[in-house]
This record gives sequence, C-alpha cells and structure tokens, in this order.
Amino acid sequence: MSMTSYLEAGRRAVMEEMQRDERVWALGEDLGRGGVFGQYKGLQEMFGDERIADTPISEACIMGAAVGAAMTGTRPVVEMRFSDFALCAVDELVNQAAKARFMFGGQMRVPMVVREPIGMWRSSAAQHSQSLEAWYAHIPGLVVVAPATPADNLGLLKTAIRNEDPVVYMEHKNLWALEGEVPEGEHLVPLGKAEVAREGVDLTIVTWSAMRHPCLKAAEDLSAEGIGVEVIDLRTLWPWDREAVLASVGKTGRLLVVQEAVSVAGFGAEIAASVAEALHYRLRAPVRRLGAPRIPVAYAPPLEDQARVTDKAITDAVRGMVVPQTVA
Amino acid sequence: MAARKTTAKKPNVSGDELKQYYRDMLLIRRFEEKAGQLYGMGLIGGFCHLYIGQEAVVVGLEATAKENDKRITTYRDHGHMLACGMDPKGVMAELTGRQDGYSKGKGGSMHMFSKEKHFYGGHGIVGANVPLGAGLAFADKYRGNDNVTYTYFGDGAANQGQVYETFNMAALWQLPVVFVIENNQYAMGTSQERSTSTQDIYKRGEAFGIPGEMVDGMNVLSVKEAGEKAVAHCRAGKGPYILEIKTYRYRGHSMSDPAKYRTREEVQKMREERDPIEQARDMLLTGKHASEEDLKAIDKEIKEIVNASAEFAKDSPEPALDELWTDIYAKEVPQGEAV
Ligand SMILES: Cc1ncc(C[n+]2csc(CCOP(=O)(O)OP(=O)(O)O)c2C)c(N)n1
Ligand SMILES: [Mg+2]
Repeated sequence: MSMTSYLEAGRRAVMEEMQRDERVWALGEDLGRGGVFGQYKGLQEMFGDERIADTPISEACIMGAAVGAAMTGTRPVVEMRFSDFALCAVDELVNQAAKARFMFGGQMRVPMVVREPIGMWRSSAAQHSQSLEAWYAHIPGLVVVAPATPADNLGLLKTAIRNEDPVVYMEHKNLWALEGEVPEGEHLVPLGKAEVAREGVDLTIVTWSAMRHPCLKAAEDLSAEGIGVEVIDLRTLWPWDREAVLASVGKTGRLLVVQEAVSVAGFGAEIAASVAEALHYRLRAPVRRLGAPRIPVAYAPPLEDQARVTDKAITDAVRGMVVPQTVA
Repeated sequence: MAARKTTAKKPNVSGDELKQYYRDMLLIRRFEEKAGQLYGMGLIGGFCHLYIGQEAVVVGLEATAKENDKRITTYRDHGHMLACGMDPKGVMAELTGRQDGYSKGKGGSMHMFSKEKHFYGGHGIVGANVPLGAGLAFADKYRGNDNVTYTYFGDGAANQGQVYETFNMAALWQLPVVFVIENNQYAMGTSQERSTSTQDIYKRGEAFGIPGEMVDGMNVLSVKEAGEKAVAHCRAGKGPYILEIKTYRYRGHSMSDPAKYRTREEVQKMREERDPIEQARDMLLTGKHASEEDLKAIDKEIKEIVNASAEFAKDSPEPALDELWTDIYAKEVPQGEAV
C-alpha cells in the first residue's frame, strides 16, 4: 500500500494497461501536455504521440473515431475532460457505440472507455458542473462507472479498459487531489460490485462518487448518537450491485440514497424503486432520496452551495428516518 | 526595446475616432487587469478568461456596428461586453458573483447577457455559439431589417463540426452574419499548427461560397476596415462573410493556466512589437491627434471607471437564496420538489 491521489491512480491505470496491452491507446484534447488536470502526465513521453494522441477540439469526431477504432479491436480511452463537453458527442456514444453489438447481431463489439469527469467544482457554473450519470445508465449497451477513492480509480479504470463493451467512466473533478491507500501491485476492481464502506444496522445509505465522503462523515457523526449507518458505495451504476443493496436494506429496513446529481429522475430513483419493489414489507421507514434540486448549477458560491448535499443534510435526513416522528 | 511594427496604413478615421478606440481598448485592458487582481484576491472564482492582447478585435468591429446589430461570443467575453457598451460595473459584479451582475450572479465570467445591448451571451461550450449566431441572423432576415450579427469564435472552436454545418446553412439561406474567427493562435495549450490541417481558417469558407479574409488583429484600423467591408456585404443581403482576425492573448488561457506551452520571448515580442494599444497611441501622437496630456487624462478617466466597477462589485450583495428558483422556466416552478 502507498498513499496516492485519485488523479495519480487514474494515470497509473492508463499507464499500466498501455504497458500490458499494446491495443490500448488514448485520445483527447491537450493529452500531450498531460491532460487539463494532469491525468496523462508523462504518458506521451512514454508511449509516443500515436498512442497518446492529441486532438483538435472536435468531440463528435473524437468519440466517433474511437468507436470505429474499437470496432476493429483496438481499445481506445477517450478523454472528454468534462461530462458537459461530451454532450457534443452523445450521438456517437448512444446511437453508435452502445447499439453496434446488438444491431449487428453480435458480430463485433466496441471495447472503449470514455472518461467523462463529472460534478461541481467551485464556481464552474451551469455548463461545467453537471453530473449526468443517469443519462447513460438509461442506455442499454453502456456500462457506467463512478469511482470515489484512489484505489477504486486505479482498479476500476483498469477493469474498464479490459472490458469488452463501451464504458462511460465518470471521475469526479473535486476528487482529483484526494489521497488514499492504493495497493502496490496489480489491482483490479470488478465492475458491478459495490463496496460496503461502513457497516451499520439501523439504516442503509446507498451512494457513489464524491458523495461517499460526506456520507461516511455523517455515519461517523451519527454513531456517536447510537445510530448505526451502513454506507454502500455502488462504484458501478450499470450494472449495479442489486444483491448488496437488497441484502443491506433487508437487514436495516431503511434506505436513503445520496447523490450529487439532480434528484429528479436521477439514478437514485432506480434504486429506490427497486428496493420498494423487492422489500416493501420489510421497510421500517419510507425510502428517501437526497440530491440536487432540479436547477442548473449557479456560479455564485452561496447559490452553488444550495445545490450541494452536505453531511449535515445527510445526518438530518437519517435522524428523520430513524427517530420515530411524533405526528402532530 | 524592439521597434514597434505599426502597419503602414493611413488612418481611415478621424483623430477623435482614433482617440475613442484607444480609450475603449484601454478600458478593456485595465478592466481585465483589475479582474485578474480580484481573482488573485479570491473575489472572483471559477473560470476567468482574460482578453488582454485581443482588444483591437472587438473595438475595431464595434466601430462598424449600428444600433440593433447583434453579437454573440464564447466564454472569453469581457472585452465584447465592454466594447458594445455594457456597464463595467455590471460585468465586474457578475465576476464577483453578486446580485447586481448582468446574470444576477448565476452565470459568472463565462455567462453574461444584455438584451439592451444585443449581446447574446458568453457561451461555455466551445463551438456552441456559432449556430446560435446564424439563428440570430436568421431572425433579422425573417423580420426584414438590415441588422447584422457578429458571431465570434476561436481558432480552436473552428475545428468543431457545427461550425461547418453553420457555414453551409448560413450560405444557403444568405444570412447576414459575420463570422469572426479570433485567431489568437492557441486553443488552451494547443497551438494552431498542432490542431489545424490548413492554416488559413478563413479559406474554409470557400467550400461553402462564403467570402473571407485574413486581418491584422493587432491594429484596430485594419480590423475596422475589414469589418466595414464584411458588414456592408451582409447588409446588402449578400449572405455571410468570414473575418479571420490574427491576434494574440498575452495571459494564460484562463487564470489557472501558467502557459508553459509557449516561450516567454514569444509573448514578450508580441507585446513589444505589436501591442494594439501602443500602436494606437503611436498613431495618435505621431498624427498629432492627441498630446501626452490628452492621453494621461484618458488614462485617469479609465482608471476611475475601473476602480469604481471594482468597488461596486465588492459592495453589491450576494444573491438572495430564493434566486435559485427563479429564471428556470417562464412560469416559476414551485420550490422544494424532490429535494
Ligand atoms: C465542447 C468543448 N470542448 C472543450 C472545452 C474546453 N475548452 C474551453 S476553451 C478551449 C479552447 C478554445 O480555444 P479557442 O477556440 O482558440 O478560443 P480561445 O480560448 O483561444 O479564445 C477548450 C478546449 C469546452 N469548453 N467545450
Ligand atoms: Mg484561440
């Protein structure tokens, strides 16, 4: 184990996979000088400019070219740098990449990873702050991953690159500097496997990406009040770990879903509905969701903060679900 | 100091006009310097793209505009707003995220708008504003007036596909739009040579039958002259026109960019030999259109305007929290749904 940042873990994942498999290559804007956040630092020097390819600002072509290259069996890593910019290329991803295997009767596949950093990053405003994971979870054919820790960013990205289908890989911009323990040797995290980040008996929180951290903080604070919160980090949104979630809620009888994205029609709704369908009679409290209100993200810090789910909002929500309410 | 290379061109404008351009360029420069300072002090956050070095582009083109002409641009928008007459106080207050900003603090540096000045926004997605510009021009053609739309975008944006869909449609429909490519030679850390297959971007218009030309963007008079030609073409109903304006940004792409992809000498050379404000100053003095004292008075006036805008921007209150729920739909939505 060694302490590594979330950013460096992602860089290491790409580097290791490129060393292991020469079919792996990456393309995107400003990759040659290390990527806008430094996620590709030094890689062009190591692998040359064909394998770490700098592109013009042409998202639709970047994505589409990757789809074509993937169809022939190379394994492109597409860097979109903000999930907001990837919207310029959604057709290539949703109509082409996601459907090709099925439409063409399974004759070929599209093994590519699309890195689309998500989330609020101080005062980035409405066009640079979105969390769009639910859009892709809705599309048959796509795999959706949202890592929350350095170790997961290493292990999940490596697995995503080895995956045979298109993966939308959503890192969180606010986590780049986060440090954490990362295993030294080969580290792979399977897709579709959640992590029980903390055990508890009274209530289950299901979360992913950056929200894992305020959830753990809230769980810690609540343990001092004698409330045991189990925190499940989904890690992969599609396929999502139904088994782990149902087992946990089966035990605690209470579910709170916490997401940074707009709550309305977010991925939390899928989890809430699935739990309600499967465990209705075992629930001890109505299922709840916490997420952003249905508003674009504002620039001014006080307004931006209104769209953030804080650990305080989480503790309040948990208390409200666990402590019996007196009906007036 | 290296000799300044003023384009040997007789001013096609009066002394007073030239003085006005000098003043307008200086306002942008000083405003941007102040914005940079406020950013350093933490009063401005997020993305902040300064326009320093490119001032002659917007000032030269605004000199060709008439009332009701429209303009639309990217996130590098402060210069455009000041040049079209928007209030520096409102722009600075938006930068500090305050209630009196042009977008009430909701948009920030990249996203401002003024209906009154027909400024259709700062847009953050590269290339996205180009089709919108064609739409603005469509609306004017539809209404049968002779307004023109200035659609600004960068050398980097010129590689987005929708730019060419727009060229085709604008030419097909003969829309009164001037496509202004502000070629500052870099798209973030990528130099134009590294991103663009053929270097003269304006020539791409030929494929669509759109005339265009390359313009010296460091000389406000060259910009104005080319702008006049383009605008006359559009107003006469002859369809779109492309101006590729060669310019240069002195600062990094945004406040967080140390600009290591180019040499200090390259920037220094540009500043010393081509600076648009110094060129205008030289022309004013050598042409005896202004004395040193006149220019000092302009400096003083600009300094006061910029300082006042900064004070205003610091004093303006932060937006009220219920502003969060306004401006999303035409009819305000009920609060608190599914929070
Ligand atoms: C669709 C999209 N892709 C990428 C970005 C990130 N980005 C912001 S500005 C920029 C460079 C644009 O360069 P250019 O068009 O030359 O304009 P300049 O910044 O030089 O004014 C890039 C790549 C973005 N905002 N939108
Ligand atoms: Mg540029």
